[in-house]
Amino acid sequence: MTEHSAHATEHSPHLGHHFESLEQQHEANVFGMWVFLITEVMLFGGLFLAYFVYRAVFPDGFTEGSHHLNIVLGGINTVVLILSSLMVVLAIHSVQTGNNRRAVMFLALTILLGLTFLGIKGVEYYEHFVEHQVPGALFVYEGERPELAGAVMLFTLLYFTLTGTHAVHMIIGMSIVGVMLYRTRKRIYSPEYYTPVELTGLYWHFVDIVWVLLFPMLYLIGRHS
Amino acid sequence: MEHGHHGPITPIRTYVIVAVALMALTGLTVFAAFTDLGPWNNVVALGIAIVKATLIILFFMQVRYSSNLTKVVVIAGWLWLMILLGGVFDDYLTRAWRFPGT
Amino acid sequence: MASVTLPAPKPVASTPPTREHYLNANYGIRSWLLTIDHKRIAILYLLSITVMFALGGLAATVIRVELLTPEGNLVSADDYNKLFSAHGIVMIFFFLIPAIPSVLGNFLIPLMIGARDMAFPRLNLASWYVYIVGGVFGLYAIVTGGVDTGWTFYTPYSTAWSNTRVVPVILAAFIVGFSSIMTALNFIVTIHRMRAPGMTWFRLPLFIWSMYATSLVIILATPVLSITLVMLLIERVLRVGLFDPALGGDPLLFQHLFWFYSHPAVYIMLLPGMAVISELIANFSRKRIFGYRFVAMASLGIAVFGFLVWGHHMFVSGQSVHAGLMFSLLSYLVAIPSAVKVFNWTATLYKGSVSLQTPMLYALGFIALFTIGGLTGLFLAALAVDVHLTDTYFVVAHFHFVMVGATMMAYLGGIHFWWPKMTGRMYPEGWAKAAALLIFFGFALTFLPQFMLGYLGMPRRYHAYPPEFQVLNVMSTAGASILAVGYILPLVYLFWSLWYGRPAGPNPWGASGLEWETSSPPPTHNFDETPIVTTGPYYFRRQVRVIDLGSSNAEVRELAHMNRPNQPGGSK
Repeated sequence: MTEHSAHATEHSPHLGHHFESLEQQHEANVFGMWVFLITEVMLFGGLFLAYFVYRAVFPDGFTEGSHHLNIVLGGINTVVLILSSLMVVLAIHSVQTGNNRRAVMFLALTILLGLTFLGIKGVEYYEHFVEHQVPGALFVYEGERPELAGAVMLFTLLYFTLTGTHAVHMIIGMSIVGVMLYRTRKRIYSPEYYTPVELTGLYWHFVDIVWVLLFPMLYLIGRHS
Repeated sequence: MEHGHHGPITPIRTYVIVAVALMALTGLTVFAAFTDLGPWNNVVALGIAIVKATLIILFFMQVRYSSNLTKVVVIAGWLWLMILLGGVFDDYLTRAWRFPGT
Repeated sequence: MASVTLPAPKPVASTPPTREHYLNANYGIRSWLLTIDHKRIAILYLLSITVMFALGGLAATVIRVELLTPEGNLVSADDYNKLFSAHGIVMIFFFLIPAIPSVLGNFLIPLMIGARDMAFPRLNLASWYVYIVGGVFGLYAIVTGGVDTGWTFYTPYSTAWSNTRVVPVILAAFIVGFSSIMTALNFIVTIHRMRAPGMTWFRLPLFIWSMYATSLVIILATPVLSITLVMLLIERVLRVGLFDPALGGDPLLFQHLFWFYSHPAVYIMLLPGMAVISELIANFSRKRIFGYRFVAMASLGIAVFGFLVWGHHMFVSGQSVHAGLMFSLLSYLVAIPSAVKVFNWTATLYKGSVSLQTPMLYALGFIALFTIGGLTGLFLAALAVDVHLTDTYFVVAHFHFVMVGATMMAYLGGIHFWWPKMTGRMYPEGWAKAAALLIFFGFALTFLPQFMLGYLGMPRRYHAYPPEFQVLNVMSTAGASILAVGYILPLVYLFWSLWYGRPAGPNPWGASGLEWETSSPPPTHNFDETPIVTTGPYYFRRQVRVIDLGSSNAEVRELAHMNRPNQPGGSK
């Protein structure tokens, strides 16, 4: 069923020439992905900082800006991403237990859910555009307190920047999952070697975590009045 | 369960329970947002988000079974984010402070 | 009788076949542009950053010539702004930050830890290509007009007012940041996971500790700059205000974000210099570095504390008094681990067998100039004093002392020290010593007067100044011309040495370290057999030191682990 013997040897075609063993290579790869993820934490961190600073300075404007967001679509998207993370771990589980067909299915579902997320995001962006809630020259303030216009636009700017950066990471993630799907179908991975799938999963979960933080930050400000 | 160099295999049941918990917490945070908790709304929202992130990190990202080095990386990421936020907020929150003689 | 035709006699080889090493293993441009050998990538970086250094130096030359006279008569004020901006951007992002890590770090780290290559060789090559793309963007931007914002891109000038090539320059800095991150990621994983058997953390050369600390800083700080540059771009292109006061934005937010990276960036530039110095001091005193663990921990201390002090660039910008106090206090604390290192290096010299060859001249120069640079940093860390000195030539002198007087000299010292290892050739010692002295004295003459200029009140970034400052400025320019000669000399004689330098053996210095246990230049795979490490670094006392390359790895690995006194290779 798998291409490799039950005991991976130093002569595995997956072993890099500079590594002593598959185990060393695996540890290096996983550690490398975690170090990369920490750079992503700091990348988003800069944006989070800008957001939190201006939210503290303009609480009313940000509340009003938040109310322009579609909480239903945002909530659905949160569930969609949680499900996609579940699909990823189930895909990895399938590879771990040697069930290649199921792994392919779960990876495909991951991509499908990712596309759903982006689609819903696209609808939200479109709604914003139509209502002139876009940062820049096209912005039109549609509230009742004109003194909040600047702050509402600032919120909108940060909303687009945060979710836009997140969406870029989603697209990259989906492309990588697509590559994993292709390679899994070609039976390249097995219980002995599935490191790239594992690394893809880590990246995907990170992108999910960012959204888990963004959802309450952006959508749930001052909803109770 | 097989213990290759990839580590222990988490059972599917665990994954599903975590996913259900995440969705329940999502519902909870929306519900809390629409409830007037006074100044606690922000804390609750942030707290629930952190719990969700922690669940994903521990179970989906397997940090529960990972090496100490991985755990150090996770903690360092969190810590450095706090240094960034903390240092800048130290400025913003004390802008209005007046020192004797100034 | 049958006649036998004998085969023609074969010609006898008059020269023995050349040993294969990483430079002659493959020929042709493809073998270089598609290499995954960390040593070749280091050479690619060496060539690229040298070009960048020349460009940055060119800008500095025009600046110093302009400053010969009090009137701004060589270039217009706008052009002067573009010159110092180009000088800063090129020197910081395209020279100082990559130089020691991407050249010496790339070349030496696998050798020093006994590995065959970095953990991610293709990522390593990719980092060079990313650097080149960033460099091309930057050069394009400078050639088509440059920016006049300074390397600090302060808002709202850079986003709302400046009519210069801000967008391509920002893109260049953004792109080259990823090269830095890729390199650092590779270093961290390599140092953690690729050490030879027996090479425990506290047996590592201090070079590795400092490079490791540098990599931690790069990983944690650079992404913040990346996203800040993105925010700058968005603001400039969309003309909406994250940092624009007209919209309620705060220019200080930009400064916080910018300096959160850019202060640790100076430690990204300094720590690799310190990495080199530890090796030079130890090897040219033939003595173990005094207080090894303290120096190792000090590297980490500098890395961590370096993240806590960024606000000292913003003392007069409108930041709160409380923040100013915190950052001032922390800036004093960050000096402590640096001081520990300086004291320990100096203590290493005591009762050492000091030889004053070129690399040691650079190392001793480093200690002197870094001490001055570091101490003057404390002047600036004092809030009240900084009010007087900020944005004057005092600051310019301070950072040139630590960036040029320290880091640049460490870079040159390292290049000279490891030149025989990298090329298999020795450089001409006479010329090298002359260049080192020219650099040291040229540097001192260039920048010591600038401390006085700053204290007397001459602002930085001005091309015209009151006539009473002329004498000191002329001294500074005179020093700069000596410095320029000092920099050009190594370019010439190092290049010359590639053909005419004395061939070097594996260890021409009698130095300590795994990199000296293999041939010069090393073979592509670094070591013929994986070394087994049984002792700590800086191994000068014992006359015999055997790295057991012959035994079965498993057996000697066990011996290294148990650390018995009479194992092969001597006791610990």
